Amino acid sequence: MTLRATVAELVREFRASGRIVIVGASLAGLRAAETLREEGFTGSLTIIGDEPYEPYDRPPLSKQVLKGWVPADHTKLPRMREVDADWRLGVAATGLDRATKRVRLADGEQVPYDRLLIATGTRARQWPNPTEAALQGVHTIRSRDDAEQLQKALAESPSRVVVIGAGFIGSEVASVCRELGIPVTVVERGSAPLVGALGGVIGEIAAQMQRDHGVDLRCGLGVSSLEGDSGGHVRRAHLSDGTAVDADVVVASLGSIRNVEWLEGSGLAAGFWGVGCDAGGRVFDINGVVTDSIYVAGDVARAPHVLYEYQFLAMEHWDNAVFGAEVAAHNMVNLEPHYHPHLLLPGFWSGQFGVNIKSVGVPPFGDEIVFTQGSVQERRFAAAYGHRGRIVAAVTFDHGKWLEYYGKLIERSGPFPPPPPGWDQPPDMKPMPAEFPDPRVPTAVPDVVLTGHAPSERTAEFRPRRH
Amino acid sequence: MVEETPWQQALRYANRANPYPFYEELRKTPVSRQPDGTFVVSTYREIVALLHDPRVSSDPRKCPVPAGAQAQGSGESVAEPIREVLTEPNIITCDPPEHDRDRRMMMPHFVGPPHAPQLICDLEPEIRRIVGGLLDDMKGKTRIDAVDDFAYPLPVTVICKVLGVPLEDERRFHHWIETALDALDFGPEAASEEIRSRQAGARQAVQEFGQFAADLLDRYARQPGPGMLSALVNEDGPEGRMSKGVLASNALLLIFAGHETTVNLIAHSVLTLLRHPDALEKLRRRPELIVPGVEELLRLESSVQFWHTRSAVEDIDIAGTTIPKGAPIFLAYGSANRDPERFTDPDELDLERRDNQHLGFSQGIHFCFGAPLARLEVQIAVGEFVRRVQNPRLVEDPPPYRHNQIFRGPRHVLVDIDGIRD
Ligand SMILES: Cc1cc2nc3c(=O)[nH]c(=O)nc-3n(C[C@H](O)[C@H](O)[C@H](O)COP(=O)(O)OP(=O)(O)OC[C@H]3O[C@@H](n4cnc5c(N)ncnc54)[C@H](O)[C@@H]3O)c2cc1C
Repeated sequence: MTLRATVAELVREFRASGRIVIVGASLAGLRAAETLREEGFTGSLTIIGDEPYEPYDRPPLSKQVLKGWVPADHTKLPRMREVDADWRLGVAATGLDRATKRVRLADGEQVPYDRLLIATGTRARQWPNPTEAALQGVHTIRSRDDAEQLQKALAESPSRVVVIGAGFIGSEVASVCRELGIPVTVVERGSAPLVGALGGVIGEIAAQMQRDHGVDLRCGLGVSSLEGDSGGHVRRAHLSDGTAVDADVVVASLGSIRNVEWLEGSGLAAGFWGVGCDAGGRVFDINGVVTDSIYVAGDVARAPHVLYEYQFLAMEHWDNAVFGAEVAAHNMVNLEPHYHPHLLLPGFWSGQFGVNIKSVGVPPFGDEIVFTQGSVQERRFAAAYGHRGRIVAAVTFDHGKWLEYYGKLIERSGPFPPPPPGWDQPPDMKPMPAEFPDPRVPTAVPDVVLTGHAPSERTAEFRPRRH
Repeated sequence: MVEETPWQQALRYANRANPYPFYEELRKTPVSRQPDGTFVVSTYREIVALLHDPRVSSDPRKCPVPAGAQAQGSGESVAEPIREVLTEPNIITCDPPEHDRDRRMMMPHFVGPPHAPQLICDLEPEIRRIVGGLLDDMKGKTRIDAVDDFAYPLPVTVICKVLGVPLEDERRFHHWIETALDALDFGPEAASEEIRSRQAGARQAVQEFGQFAADLLDRYARQPGPGMLSALVNEDGPEGRMSKGVLASNALLLIFAGHETTVNLIAHSVLTLLRHPDALEKLRRRPELIVPGVEELLRLESSVQFWHTRSAVEDIDIAGTTIPKGAPIFLAYGSANRDPERFTDPDELDLERRDNQHLGFSQGIHFCFGAPLARLEVQIAVGEFVRRVQNPRLVEDPPPYRHNQIFRGPRHVLVDIDGIRD
């Protein structure tokens, strides 16, 4: 047999009877499993998830679920097809042995694989003081259980809610509180809500929107401690300016932590920013060498992106989980040159204070912003972000129908400022600084992060070891 | 004589039944300039790009060279008589922010959740009843006209109910619509004596139709009644109320659109299925395929073949061409929906086609307002036709077509049948 025929035979055999293990039974994990079957993989498929539930959808948790419209257990993800997998739910993966190709589980079992997909996502960053975090009434929101508990707490009409951190999720929680008629104080260390994700210019608009809806918004401040009553229930938040706010519910929305601890010692490029991989989802080892058998997708992945100067992008976005999973799954059962790249233009949506906010591209990559359509005053507008004369992102407030247009411009590296629209032009179309916080200043961590280094900013000294 | 462009040929009445070979030719130049200065866009990607381009206006008042002007040889647009009467814009003939505001005002009275999420689904029993009745009426017949006996009566009845237009007036406005449509020609035949003579009639028909809508709205202003028009006249939203003129213009649009496009879609669906007995049989065996099936029928024979009120308000570089500021743009949906770059085997009927993002309802901010209603009507009508009509056979292929090119559809579809099942 020729080498080529042998390889083809091996691929066929793997597709027919290989063993694939997916760790992380949520959006990315499920979509990957479906794609594997779609691509004709008939081997054994094991899906490991530490949550006891079948895959469910998270975006509704901070929206419809909190409002009480949809019960938390009604967020199950629709199945696109039968996946015929061995589901190991309610048990965490605790380790990875690449030499023997086994995933270790919390219950002591070991699951062998030929190919592995890491889809463990992120978890909510907890309030840093464990005693205070354990007070009743202190919440975070990432899982179905979190949302259910917080929904119950809100349904009891608390006298006031304090939201710590005004990123997307914190802002959505504040919005729900106002819709439910609950007084809410938002404390944000940055200069405005959403600054990390969308910059100060848009942040100012978001701030005004919150205030118009009766949110007590305190920016440039942190919460220094939480105080409980004798029954162990939170009653007060102390702020960094010495003031205090009485509240019965505190929601810490401090960004997220990537679930990579179980990969410790595996020799993979896994760390604070996630699991490094190439644009095809193939994981790098710590030396930057691509592995053949391990893939990653979703919130926990970080991959170089051609549109953003090949910087590594980590995206905590729904679309990214879906498309990343599809690409990784495709590549798991194919060979070069049939690999697909995951070159998604990042996109995000959020609903808050009656406004539908959407963005495309990577706003923090931009340093300038220009309003391109609509009216800021009416909070229906589109704005574009620019970097060195090209458009790199756009954001819309209740103008989502135009996103596709900006997406196309970004994909083509169109000029910044972009060509003016023919009509519905805002009065002022002058580009201005987008006002992203200095990345070294601690603030709510944005959910798209550029984690690469420009050569001029190299901070590590490279010293090859001499033998 | 100068040779006709593929677009002009596509628009000739003789080619109404099958303009697709000409579209195929046309797509070789995705953006092609016509002798009259109009830019015709025929490929999927380019049309989608323009549908999402804020430099493309839908407001004919912003277009210095009205579309189809030279086809007339007179510098007057073929749409002129209608435009003269319809001075106020409706949601398809204006741009944001007016467009957005007006559509926003209309939405809650139609499908806009959270205001009226039930409106369309609640119509289902009524639609089933009408469709059932139409099929019952065919009992005992051996030959039916799928247009007159089936495709036409349903949408008319439904739109009258939704809008609150008395069904008794249907004959009158049907006549006005037909007269206006027959005079609207964008092809080489526009200059003919016949079409020109129809224009005067069209002017009058639109005038009377406009008066009819205005009277109806006045009546509702004095005494509120059922339906969307009365609600629009009487209910104030957060942004106030539409002006009378704008409201009348939109009322015309809704009566017209709710009535014209769905008829053609049902008629074409029946026609297409009769041409593909295997697909018809498959649909009979697997009725759940009606949902993707209708999307496929909509792709294959899009109800609106192209749209004519768009123009460039800035220079637009696209597909190697610059559409200059001020030029009229025709977006040829009927062609895009068969673009092989986007759809595999585009001329094939595949009831289970995947990723069928056709342009049958357009895209972008002018995406068909009535799409959810049209979908429900056609799904029920075609589904029931397939289920109940025994051994249907097409009598004449191609059937005679109506004159208009935008709202392309058969005038009659004669079908021989063995009977009607219960
Ligand atoms: C409240 C909320 C609102 C959101 N709203 C939006 C929105 O409006 N728009 C948008 O684009 N995105 C939104 N997102 C983000 C979106 O939900 C995520 O991008 C998406 O869920 C990522 O999917 P994933 O599969 O990568 O990760 P996850 O959904 O986080 O799934 C990872 C799974 O792996 C499990 N796991 C972790 N470690 C282990 C282990 N060691 N062993 C076994 N299992 C493990 C986790 O418990 C989890 O079930 C929101 C997220 C949240 C939390």
